[in-house]
Amino acid sequence: MLHIFCPHCGELRSEEEFHAAGQAHIPRPLEPNACSDEEWGDYMFFRDNPRGLHHELWIHAAGCRQYFNATRDTVTYEILETYPIGAKPQVTGKGASPQLAVSGQGEKV
Amino acid sequence: MSQVYRLSNGGRIDRSSVLNFTFNGQSYQGYAGDTLAAALLANGVDIVGRSFKYSRPRGIIAAGCEEPNAILQIGASEATQVPNVRATQQALYAGLVATSTNGWPSVNTDVMGILGKVGGKLMPPGFYYKTFMYPQSFWMTYEKYIRKAAGLGRAPLENDPDSYDYMSHHCDVLIVGAGPAGLAAALAAGRSGARVILADEQEEFGGSLLDSRESLDGKPAADWVAAVVAELKGMPEVLLLPRATVNGYHDHNFLTIHERLADHLGDRAPIGQVRQRMHRVRAKRVVLATGTHERPLVYGNNDVPGNMLAGAVSTYVRRYGVAPGRKLVLSTNNDHAYRVALDWHDAGLKVVAVADARHNPRGSLVEEARAKGIRILTSSAVIESRGSKHVTAARVAAIDVQAHAVTSPGEWLDCDLVATSGGYSPVVHLASHLGGKPIWRDDILGFVPGEAPQKRVCVGGINGVFGLADALADGFEGGVRAASEAGFKAVEGLLPKVLARQEEATLGLFQVPHDRNTARAPKQFVDQQNDVTAAAIELATREGFESVEHVKRYTALGFGTDQGKLGNINGLAIAARSMGITIPEMGTTMFRPNYTPVTFGAVAGRHCGHLFEPVRFTALHAWHVKNGAQFEDVGQWKRPWYFPKGAEDIHAAVARECQAVRDSVGLLDASTLGKIDIQGPDAREFLNRIYTNAWTKLDVGKARYGLMCKEDGMVFDDGVTACLADNHFLMTTTTGGAARVLQWLEIYQQTEWPDLKVYFTSVTDHWATLTLSGPNSRKLLGEVTDIDLDKDAFPFMSWKEGLVGGVPARVFRISFTGELSYEVNIQANYAMGVLEKIAEVGKQYNLTPYGTETMHVLRAEKGFIIVGQDTDGSMTPDDLNMGWCVGRTKPFSWIGWRGMNREDCVRDNRKQLVGLKPVDPSKWLPEGAQLVFDPKQPIPMDMVGHVTSSYAANSLGYSFALAVVKGGLKRMGERVFSPQADGSVIEAEICASVFFDPKGDRQNI
Repeated sequence: MLHIFCPHCGELRSEEEFHAAGQAHIPRPLEPNACSDEEWGDYMFFRDNPRGLHHELWIHAAGCRQYFNATRDTVTYEILETYPIGAKPQVTGKGASPQLAVSGQGEKV
Repeated sequence: MSQVYRLSNGGRIDRSSVLNFTFNGQSYQGYAGDTLAAALLANGVDIVGRSFKYSRPRGIIAAGCEEPNAILQIGASEATQVPNVRATQQALYAGLVATSTNGWPSVNTDVMGILGKVGGKLMPPGFYYKTFMYPQSFWMTYEKYIRKAAGLGRAPLENDPDSYDYMSHHCDVLIVGAGPAGLAAALAAGRSGARVILADEQEEFGGSLLDSRESLDGKPAADWVAAVVAELKGMPEVLLLPRATVNGYHDHNFLTIHERLADHLGDRAPIGQVRQRMHRVRAKRVVLATGTHERPLVYGNNDVPGNMLAGAVSTYVRRYGVAPGRKLVLSTNNDHAYRVALDWHDAGLKVVAVADARHNPRGSLVEEARAKGIRILTSSAVIESRGSKHVTAARVAAIDVQAHAVTSPGEWLDCDLVATSGGYSPVVHLASHLGGKPIWRDDILGFVPGEAPQKRVCVGGINGVFGLADALADGFEGGVRAASEAGFKAVEGLLPKVLARQEEATLGLFQVPHDRNTARAPKQFVDQQNDVTAAAIELATREGFESVEHVKRYTALGFGTDQGKLGNINGLAIAARSMGITIPEMGTTMFRPNYTPVTFGAVAGRHCGHLFEPVRFTALHAWHVKNGAQFEDVGQWKRPWYFPKGAEDIHAAVARECQAVRDSVGLLDASTLGKIDIQGPDAREFLNRIYTNAWTKLDVGKARYGLMCKEDGMVFDDGVTACLADNHFLMTTTTGGAARVLQWLEIYQQTEWPDLKVYFTSVTDHWATLTLSGPNSRKLLGEVTDIDLDKDAFPFMSWKEGLVGGVPARVFRISFTGELSYEVNIQANYAMGVLEKIAEVGKQYNLTPYGTETMHVLRAEKGFIIVGQDTDGSMTPDDLNMGWCVGRTKPFSWIGWRGMNREDCVRDNRKQLVGLKPVDPSKWLPEGAQLVFDPKQPIPMDMVGHVTSSYAANSLGYSFALAVVKGGLKRMGERVFSPQADGSVIEAEICASVFFDPKGDRQNI
């Protein structure tokens, strides 16, 4: 069971309070009617399935009911950072320092 | 004679406390402190079961959780049956009843055994797949008998009388295993003041120290254990969990511990006590001190009762005062196993010989054995044993390990116990649960945990640190590290002095060579629980199963409760040799939770019976019960289904309820519909974007039906939303969709349109909803309200505030029945009083309570859809003939608009919602039935749609259905056919989906 730092509550909480809501940073096209069927299909159905870092959308459903983003390693299941909607991820590749982001989450257990 | 194999002294048992128990109907005695296995061995019980595939007699091999054979059924009554208990892990208690799980008519004279002997060669791996393959439909039949013959315990037929629960913890350091390394780690971490949990699967702490020959600080090892446990008990932040198996290492240092609180006390837990508990622990740091499992050597007929693991023999002698034989032959490839010969010798028993696979062993223990005059045969091994129900002799021969060959004919030695040791495998299961790949180490001939992202420390045997002094030091250091990483300052500590021994390297011997090749040699078992032999593994590799995971699945190696504890490394070694590669090239199979089997009781905890799932009741539930309602589950809600009178069945009750609504007035509890309070200056704009239709012009005091789609243009919820004020709306959703819709609104507001000022609150439980429906509803409501109900003052699709039954209420004039209808919303805790008042006044109008079934019939007559019943996530509003509800000119491209304009969504011939009238009005179309245009076409037929809702009779007196049919809206009056499973065909006419009052005159008066 994952241990997830809710950026709104400022606490590490158990996975059972959360729901995953798919890949993060997929904005709805501003002009849907200008999209071709293919473009609209890409927006609706096509998602990345990376081995390694993945930015995901989560909701603290049984908590503050706020959505937020998480950067998770799909191999180790480490969550390297969580950040509010609208913010950019700090951990974006192997070059970045996951330690920085993790230390921001405290060690509260 | 009882307990003939009990030694006259020694062991950690209480000889003053005699416990009676039965095994396979026979009475025996043991002592407090015994395991069931120890007591069985003390009584000379050889055969504890029959093997899985060949039905060979099997005896106890091990002393711990790695035991593959002594898997017994425990329980004195039907309700207390527990299947597949390892006798080596079950403490003996007075009155224990145990039976073998297989063997017919008994384990001693087994019919299947003859089949096994005859058929042994005929049952290669994959036998079942190869033999029972055709015809495919017979597999179910075969499987039933195969399972029965295999016999792996049975579930109880009665409810478990005991209670189980779970507990959640946070801790700084969780230590798994209380052997020397684990205890040392616990001391180090505990003294630092950290919150420590120490869990161990055995009856008492100490692990290998409980049967060790070593002294610590000049005293018996068990004395040191007692002192450490006493010190730990005195630490307020330390939680000690004996009889507690850490069975799963899950993500982010979340571990589950299965604690058996009362399994050692009796057939069931003492009254008021919990039998087992699952601890759910989130640990800052984990110390894995899981130790090692001894590997047996693989040789001919190594499964005959009387063949045991060397270390287990020492455990039975030293810990339980039981000698599982009289004359021992030991076969080893390492120094450590010599302690078994010494223990045996010290107990006054005969060591016939030690066969050591090494050329010239000179370690301290070896020399000690030599000094005692024990016969040691070097470059030798037991290559096969003999005996039908028990070992009578072992054949020791000289071997060449490199050439995998026997180099002398050898000699048969009379004995009744063969103990073998092939080295020690670190118990890497928990360390690998999260996928970490173990790493092979040639120096210890075993896999150790690899690098892992988990915040954990491995100490002692699991790390390949085998010597006692080293394990203690490694454990202490690991405890210090874990505590300091968790933020505590470690305290210095002195470790006990241990005699240093000179120990020589283990020789890499797994399968012992035989003078005949593997296929022709006597069976050499690798995994006794699954009857997997060395020959089977060789055959699997020859047949092309080269990946370790394939070998495992083809042969069943490491299946069952074994999970690769005894057979894994030997199996890998044999497969690797067979393919000419190394063990690390072969790799290991995955280790998955659980480490040992967990009872369903412990998994369920208190979540059983009425606590299985939360149940939601409306504020009016007691009234429904009083009025005889039958209930149905809608999500977690209990909703009245129908209200039978006298001996009425559901059909009679529903017909009466329908008639009452159409003729006079009925009452429905609609409280379960989802209600979401929406406020904010941008609420209206938000509704425009989320619903398919337009909300810009909805005036205060008005209500409107809306459809919600996903981005793909498919309908996913519907409901009526009322405008309470210019920036305040009340949305209703389907009962089942309430939570989903709220989350849907939130995700768009928070992630796409955070600039819109709008706020959502679920108010489903805050309001009770009483629906009055029928031509007399206005008259009835008029008698209990101060609201002006005049049809012009309070028209259809509007709402008013006022008093109903003296209580402030919101009344919505909307209809799901097609009749004149009022939905009265009252603050939930006043609703019962209002209902009682309405029911009293309603008597003169034959006010009839109705349930969901009548609601379904009445709405279907009007062609009103139920999302989730008439839709399935692939229907656009146009498919539902609800294009009138689509705002095609709204400026903002609302959710679903782009999706429903995709090429595939606008083509002709999509499945469309229509009505069906069976040509024979007495025929009822089953819901879900497939439809075809031509019933005479060959199978497979071209299916053109299916029935979504169907009712045997409506108020018009004929059966009718809603269905989706390809291009159905242009096929009015045409026929469709529904072929049934019994061969009959129901013919129906396609008609409009509105069967009753198509103009809506009745609801709009």
